[in-house]
Amino acid sequence: MVRNKRHDKLFTGLVFGTAAYTLLMVGLVAFSVTKGSLDIFTEEGIQFITGSDWNAVEGRESFGAYPYIIGTLLSSAIALAIGVPISLAIAVFISEIAPPRIGTPLSFITELLAAVPSIIYGLWALFVFRFWVRDLIEKPLYDAFHGYLPFFAKTPFGLDIFTAGIVLAIMIIPIISSICREVMRVVPDSQREAAYSLGATRWETVRMAVFPYVKSGLVGASMLGLGRAIGETILVTMIIGNVVGPSAIPTSFFSQGQTLSSLVANEFNEASSELHLSALIALGAILFILTMGINIVARLLVKKKMKVSSGAKAQ
Amino acid sequence: MAIEESLERKEALVESVKYKVSIENVDGWYGTKRAIKDINLKVREKTVTAFIGPSGCGKTTLIRCLNRMHEMTPGARVDGRIIVDGINIYDKSIDAVIIRRRIGMVFQKPNPFPTMSIFENVAAGLRLNGINNKTIIREIVEESLKNAALWDEVKNELHIPGMSLSGGQQQRLCIARALAMQPEVLLMDEPTSSLDPIGASKIEELVRTLKDSVTIIIVTHNMQQAARVSDFTAFMYLGDMIEYGATNQIFMKPEKELTERYVSGKFV
Repeated sequence: MVRNKRHDKLFTGLVFGTAAYTLLMVGLVAFSVTKGSLDIFTEEGIQFITGSDWNAVEGRESFGAYPYIIGTLLSSAIALAIGVPISLAIAVFISEIAPPRIGTPLSFITELLAAVPSIIYGLWALFVFRFWVRDLIEKPLYDAFHGYLPFFAKTPFGLDIFTAGIVLAIMIIPIISSICREVMRVVPDSQREAAYSLGATRWETVRMAVFPYVKSGLVGASMLGLGRAIGETILVTMIIGNVVGPSAIPTSFFSQGQTLSSLVANEFNEASSELHLSALIALGAILFILTMGINIVARLLVKKKMKVSSGAKAQ
Repeated sequence: MAIEESLERKEALVESVKYKVSIENVDGWYGTKRAIKDINLKVREKTVTAFIGPSGCGKTTLIRCLNRMHEMTPGARVDGRIIVDGINIYDKSIDAVIIRRRIGMVFQKPNPFPTMSIFENVAAGLRLNGINNKTIIREIVEESLKNAALWDEVKNELHIPGMSLSGGQQQRLCIARALAMQPEVLLMDEPTSSLDPIGASKIEELVRTLKDSVTIIIVTHNMQQAARVSDFTAFMYLGDMIEYGATNQIFMKPEKELTERYVSGKFV
């Protein structure tokens, strides 16, 4: 009896300790990132976020992260816009439509794809895929729209924000779709039967009974994918073009650009001055805050949506 | 040829006036397992027919064949013909989706849509059918909730989630949702098995009122319930239809010994 109690205490302490680890990590990251970026923020102030100069030459130092914030948001937005619908479609096919003898191997393969390291995607994109993007997607879009739509102006080159977004989408599709599939399995069959018994087609059943039931899970899956896209470094560095300074502010989807993480990867090796290093750490801080902010907004959105659909809609 | 065809059609029509649902030589399969065997049964319009029998006898499989829900289970299939209003619902030209819009179903466990309000739950089927006129929807929702004997309890809180109702109310909400489609046949698969006695007796009362307007087929493992609510009873055992007849006759003077033993509670 006594022994059992002690075991239980030990067990509780152990799991509590591991849970506390996550809190500790967030705290430590926040602390070192804040401490490291203090220099640059005292030097540049708000200019660091709104400015677009980037000059590391000693004596003429000037740092502004604005172009890279935009580059990060834009490439991730392209990745989500392409990736989420495709991931959902894959998950719906596997969990709702395919018979088990097709669905099971397919979901296994998706999970396998999710485990491919991003450098592999990067190499393939650099040597093969970017030419396809340039010739099959960017050139036709450019020819069709460059006169009227500013986001398709600029001669396509293949190494740009658009290509980075597409390759990021390819990278996050396996992750998002395997989580979505896992989430959809939670929906009880009684919910599907309720829709079928009202004469819903397969698609209507998915829309009526499956999606609403797991909405927050699906948003969560997309957020995980977004987190991967925003923070992805090596793949983006290989294909985004790596421009620095005011010209890194994208004027079109086909602009060469730079993201927060790709700039850090490009420059941390040569950061000789304290200020330059502090600027790079501050890019990390912005990335940290960006990711957290997006997560919080997404969570609030889901909560609000749930309330609306379960509440005042009638009458 | 044309004459023959029209004659056939007439016959089918005469038949369909007499019987709402005719089950002809129906086999139900799960993979290679034959769960129901060569079932034949005719159901009269605006009556309540109960399927009874011990667990695993195939009564739920049979009722799920009647709105083509059975085939949604992977590996499941149906042989034979089921004729509703003169139309074989298993005909190749018939879309199962259309069949399910005309034949409502209520399940063992109440299954309202959890993210929808009471109102939206009842309106769900209407919206599927492309009805968007607010006045019409509101009218049908009110009428369906009244027919399901739920209106008086919820009329002031139609906007609250359907899940916040009690189990019995949820089940009546599901009945209202099915009734909103104005089905001609309502299938009920052990609709009271997860409810408390008060909730169950309300559903039974409802079944007795509803048969004035709709043909009801109910599966139950509760013999007393079958005796209380049904006009006709079919007793099934191990996938076979053992006996089918007027409820009084099945319970008072069954022809088969097996039925006699079952209704008198002599075997489990």
